[in-house]
Amino acid sequence: MSTVAPQHVELGQPVPADFGPPPRRPRRVRFRPLVVLRYALLIGLAVVFVAPLAYMVTASFQPLERMFRYPPQWIPTDPTLANFTGFLTSDRPIGRWIFNSVYVSVTVTALQLFFNSLVAYTFAKRTFPGRDFLFFLGLATMMLPTEVTLIPNYLIMKHMPLFGGNNIAGVGGHGWLDSYWGLIAPNISGAFGVFLLRQYMRSIPDELIDAARIDGAGHFKIYWKIVLPLSKPALAALAIFTFQFMWEAVYGPLIIISSPELYTLPLGLALFVIQNRTVWNLVVAGSVLAILPMVLMFFIFQKQFVRGISLSGMKG
Amino acid sequence: MAQAALEGKPYRPPKRGFRGVLREMRREWTAYLFNAPGMLLFAVFVVYSVITSFNLSFHEWNILEPEKPFVGLQNYREVMGDERFWASVGRSIYFTVGSVIPTMAIALAVALLLNTKIRALGLFRTAYYLPVITPLVVAAIIWKWVYDADFGLANFYLMKLGIIDKPLLWLADKTLAMPAVIAVNVWKGVGFNMVVYLAGLQAIPAEFYEAAEVDGAGAWQRFRRITFPLVAPTTFFLLVINTVGAMKAFENIFVMTSGGPPGPGGATTTVVYYIYTQAFEFFRMGYASALAYVLFFLLFLVSFTQFRWYMKRVEET
Repeated sequence: MSTVAPQHVELGQPVPADFGPPPRRPRRVRFRPLVVLRYALLIGLAVVFVAPLAYMVTASFQPLERMFRYPPQWIPTDPTLANFTGFLTSDRPIGRWIFNSVYVSVTVTALQLFFNSLVAYTFAKRTFPGRDFLFFLGLATMMLPTEVTLIPNYLIMKHMPLFGGNNIAGVGGHGWLDSYWGLIAPNISGAFGVFLLRQYMRSIPDELIDAARIDGAGHFKIYWKIVLPLSKPALAALAIFTFQFMWEAVYGPLIIISSPELYTLPLGLALFVIQNRTVWNLVVAGSVLAILPMVLMFFIFQKQFVRGISLSGMKG
Repeated sequence: MAQAALEGKPYRPPKRGFRGVLREMRREWTAYLFNAPGMLLFAVFVVYSVITSFNLSFHEWNILEPEKPFVGLQNYREVMGDERFWASVGRSIYFTVGSVIPTMAIALAVALLLNTKIRALGLFRTAYYLPVITPLVVAAIIWKWVYDADFGLANFYLMKLGIIDKPLLWLADKTLAMPAVIAVNVWKGVGFNMVVYLAGLQAIPAEFYEAAEVDGAGAWQRFRRITFPLVAPTTFFLLVINTVGAMKAFENIFVMTSGGPPGPGGATTTVVYYIYTQAFEFFRMGYASALAYVLFFLLFLVSFTQFRWYMKRVEET
């Protein structure tokens, strides 16, 4: 039993991640094999998780001929930015791809946060006929595989009236296909986002809202001035999920977009890899560029994001 | 998850019948206004889509031609006898079970290790989370390189550790391609599962463990009797999310193997990939819709079974 004891004492006192009192320091420093083993396991696994990414980052600073050194070389001997400049100045409209990805991801994230939080607020804090029916309808469709709506969505976009050369009956042109509309519009509301926000908003005390009503605030004002500011962690979590979902999406853009200048960065990269098996240095540079915004997002919102997950309905 | 949805203030309809409902709708009209933009899109891109898709599945339609003759159940009969489809379903199940169980097991183990007096928690969390925020295509590109037979890290380090004695072809090998693709999915999924588990673990009151300690319960007993039952809702939530996610996996397969080797019908052609080729390479829209509906039905069965199993477990404990 004595070898097990240190572990379960600690199990009993979960260390708060980002909130609550700071962990107490142990009074006596003793050699505890279980603690060493725990760190060894955590560090070993972490190395496996980070190594492929780290290797790609170091490789992106090496010229092509040194990239495939065998045995693998972890520290670049004389680092160069040639791969990045080569990628950005290649014959493909890569600047446009980056712009497209940023534009579409940011727009969709902003619109999702706004529209989904409006819906979530009414589901969490208001009563109106049809509310529960709409909520369960949305919940049920979360199970729906994308493939079921894939083909009809393609057709709906192709026949969107008055867009992309279509007449009012929706024929004659390409509609929302091969345009920003097709990438943005179908993604600006989602059952998952509504569910996540609603679960969180339910924890906001009703008294706050009732008090604001008595002071004469309208529903939009309550939503904007009280509910939204209090829902920041959940909004941050949704922002990260949505941004990532849009930033890495390939299936959707692959079907909707056909002009190379409207490719998103991941779609461009995917087709780059499938079509050109030889230009690894450019592909690797492009991959590093594609990770950067996500890493940035994560570091900026990490605290709120973890809180958002802990406090919303996601824990069950 | 469903339980959480059912809690909260239940909606009580007014007692005065149809007119009362109308009056209430008029009073709460702003609620509908708030819902309008989201619901409009939902109606078009989900509800209308689901109906159209269902209708399409009874037609034979090559998207390049204007006619779409009604063929009744013929598409569904063809699905039943389509060996390549059922093989792809089998591969999707292999992929899903092979990814979901290790992902959740490793995530829970890491979360348990992190849920102690550990230093540099933020650093560890970031390390495990980095693969999650790596775009799928980039993950696929990195791992394609890691698996490269001549220059890849996998062969080099596995040989160095003495686990394999000669370089393997990984993605180009019929039996190894699927485990290799699964490993990437696990690598990418652990971080998210770990963060959610950690949140679940931190919600367990410390008194439970203290009481168990007083009763002389060992580490395994405490895990089996306290931790595991109390994170069951988290486990269920993750199980559903991961299963649906794995059944939808497309990008990594598209980039790493393009469904091969060798080509479509190969060792990594999953259901999604098969439907994609039927719809957008052979342009058989009606047939692809029927395939999607059969898949939907199967997925529904899986979710339903998972839910039943979960409810049973909850009753037991």
